[in-house]
This record gives sequence, C-alpha cells and structure tokens, in this order.
Amino acid sequence: MRIFHYWFALWGIVFRELLRFVKQKERFLSALVRPLIWLFVFAAGFRAALGIAIIPPYETYILYEVYITPGLIGMIQLFNGMQSSLSMVYDREMGSMRILLVSPLPRWYLLLSKLLAGVFVSILQVYVFLAIAWFYEIQAPLEGYLWLLPALLLSGLMLGALGLLLSSFIKQLENFAGVMNFVIFPMFFMSTALYPLWKLQESSAWLYKIAEYNPFSQAVEFLRFALYAQFNQHAFVYTAVAFALFLILAIIGYNPSKGMMKRKGR
Amino acid sequence: MAKHLALEITDLNFSYGKKQVLYDLNLTVAAGQCGILLGPNGAGKSTLFALITRLYAHKYGKIHLAGFNIQKKPLKALAQLGVVFQQTTLDLDLTVQQNLRYHAALQGMSRKKSNLGILEQLERLGMYERRKEVVRQLNGGHRRRVEIARALMHKPRVLLLDEPTVGLDAPSRHAIVEHVHQLVADGDLAVLWATHLMDEIYASDKVALIHQGAVKAEGAVEDIIQQAQADNINDAFFKLTLGKG
Repeated sequence: MRIFHYWFALWGIVFRELLRFVKQKERFLSALVRPLIWLFVFAAGFRAALGIAIIPPYETYILYEVYITPGLIGMIQLFNGMQSSLSMVYDREMGSMRILLVSPLPRWYLLLSKLLAGVFVSILQVYVFLAIAWFYEIQAPLEGYLWLLPALLLSGLMLGALGLLLSSFIKQLENFAGVMNFVIFPMFFMSTALYPLWKLQESSAWLYKIAEYNPFSQAVEFLRFALYAQFNQHAFVYTAVAFALFLILAIIGYNPSKGMMKRKGR
Repeated sequence: MAKHLALEITDLNFSYGKKQVLYDLNLTVAAGQCGILLGPNGAGKSTLFALITRLYAHKYGKIHLAGFNIQKKPLKALAQLGVVFQQTTLDLDLTVQQNLRYHAALQGMSRKKSNLGILEQLERLGMYERRKEVVRQLNGGHRRRVEIARALMHKPRVLLLDEPTVGLDAPSRHAIVEHVHQLVADGDLAVLWATHLMDEIYASDKVALIHQGAVKAEGAVEDIIQQAQADNINDAFFKLTLGKG
C-alpha cells in the first residue's frame, strides 16, 4: 500500500535524525548550553537595566528572565532549523542527500519529512531547556506546556523551512557559515525575543518596523502566548503563512527541473 | 519499447548552462546483462548517472528504467533502481544495520521485510556478522560492500555503480567486481557500471565507450576491439579516446 510507504519513509527519516542527534552529544549539549547562558548570565545581568511593563500574555510585572524565555525557545528552534539545513548542505556535498532524493517518493514529501525530523529534535531540546528553567523558578502554568507543543511544531516548521530554503541556494558549506551570520543574528536581535515591541519603538522607528515584520518575532509571540495557554491569532496566521511561503520556495529550489538544479544544468 | 531492456537511453542531450556535456547519447542494457560505461575522467559518466537517478532533469532525449519513462513516471522508474554512488553515502556514525534500515524505510519496506533484506544481502557479501558495527570502523572495501547490499535491498531491476572501486586495494576491488558479475549471472538484474579501469571488464560484458559526452563505440568486448582495430580492450580505449594506438 502506497500510504504505508509514506509512513515508513517518514518514520525512517525521523528515526535517523533522532539516532544522529543522540550520537552527537556535543550537538545536544551546545544546543542546551547556548540558551542557558543567555538565561543565567545575560538575562540575570540585564534584569536591573530592563523593566518590563505588564503586557499580554503576562498579568503581572515579570522578571526579565521570564520575558526572554520564549525568545530563547525560539532561539533553540532557529539554531536547530539552520543546523538541520547546514547538515543538508553537508549531506549534499558528501552525497548522502542523494540516497534520500533518489527514493521513489515525491521530493516535496521527502523534504517535508526531513523538516519534521529536525523539528522533533528541536522540540526535545526545548522541553529539556524548560525543565531546567523550571528549577530556576521560571515556571509557566502547567497547561501552557501542553499548549506549547503544537505551537513548537508550527514555529519549528517555519524556521526549518527557512533553513531549507537557504540550503537550496547554497552550494558549499563555507557559504553557509556566512549566511548563518547574516540570518541568525539579525533575525534574533531584530525581533521581540529580547525586548518587547514598545521598547523598540521608543529607541528606533525602523528597528520597530523590522521587528514587527520579522517572522521570527511572530513565531516568538506565538510561542509566548502558547506558553501561557493563550492563542495569538495574528502571530499564528503570520507564522503559518511564512511557513507555507518558505516551504514552497524551498521545494522549487530542490526541484530537479527548476531552482537550484536548473541553475546547475539542463 | 522492447520488454527485455532494463535501461534504455535515447538521444540524450544535456548541458551545464552553455556547456554541452552529453551529445545524442544512446545506450541500452538488457535484463541479466552487465553494461560497462567506459570512459576517461570528465567523459560525462557522472552526469549521465545524475540524469538516470533524476538528480538533474533533462529536456532532450528519453530515459526508460524497466519500461518507465523517468520524466513521466519518476516514482515508478526510481523504484526499479539501486545506486552505488562514487562517493560513499553511508552515515558513518550509524551501524551497518541502521544504515540499511534507513534505506529500506525510504523504499517503503516494513520492518519484517527490511530484516529479511538485511539478512539476505549481507549474508551474500559475508557481512551479516558485522551488521551491528558502526560504519566508521569498517575499511573502504567493506563500506562498499554495505553500499552494494543497500542498493539491492529493495530488489531493483537496474543497478547503477559509479566507479565503486575507486580508492580500494586490489583484493577488495577484485571481490566487488566478482560479486557484481555473479549477481548478473544469477538472475535478471541489469547493471550499469561506470569505470575507467580495464581490468574490471569481463569478456561477457557489454561495453559502451564514452568520450567527450558521446558514445564512441558500443557492443561486446570483441566488437569494440574490432571497431577500433586494436589488439585488446586497453588499446581500443586509447585509440578511441586519445586517438593513439
């Protein structure tokens, strides 16, 4: 049955990604240490300098650490999305991507499965991070942790699709390192991950505009509300549309008769 | 098209931008036949493989795999295909078994079928006992064997090998050449083997000599030698590719 073929392939791709992740302990550790340093060092230092007013979804004054936690969740997924696509550039250079692409399944499905596999890994990282943050007394309502799961799926897919899109344009690993700098850092710093929009508006009108339209901001806001068991419709729609757009462009990029392959030959 | 042809390439043209690399290429390999794609480096062998595996799309010409047109029915065509690429494509950090299971899943094989396939293919290559070893610990020859086992797990009708013995020592090369010829002798598998090494060719093979993107001569080893008016296949190769005798 054809449907079983799709299912076995999805499971195979996800399982391989999990196996690789478990075997690469340094990757897991660095994925965890990065946001924890931000939380324990950066946020603790800035606690005094930055006061956060009462803004939804928060109902009281909050500590800066509480504010940046959803931003750091987004950061985990942003890095993971870029790292998965980095591994795809590597796979393509090393050839193992070929084994995936010559399988008798539609290319869009193979890419989507690869994307989902990366998202599952990022979700694991996020929950381990939240568990540690819990002991640091950054605690959201319990149902928020459940609400967060579908939100993580969407935000992870959106950021992963962006990585996939970038990887379809990049031919060599060296170029990708540059893009990491030009994508990850601007996306993270020009967003609501570290400071709320109104704070940005006070300091710079153009920064405020960029942050408002930055899809990473919208993903972070979606996660922020979900963590407090609330639904931010605007952020949801924005993130979902960005996901669809990035995915379609990435699929075109990986199509043998269009995009990347077309540029290589005909 | 004739049913017994497992691989049929007709009037294939391909270019990278303005640089044409394949010219009106015609090639057939029948079921139960070992086809040798013989050509110097840069002749267009790897490009041809990228087109047969649909990593690149072609506009001019046709490729049929077990009767399926690769452009019109890509999924059915690819399901008939097993490939060993020039570069190793195994996941070095995973075990032999994990690598094979991953491939089986991509081919839509259930766990039970996958286990049977692993047993059958690895036993034939004398590698079953080593299935739980991490690929990184295997030498080049054994890695190649695993890749051949992987390419055959889903019982394809066409097996492509792109210079699979590059970088291997003589005994490993010999073992792989012998194994693949035995596979052809045992059944209906069609093999297309790209190489530039004459000692990998058996007298029973069909040879297509490719140079500068075009097939210069095609047929049984004897025919090629005759066409080139040479003494042996080695001479024929040099005459047809370098114009030297």
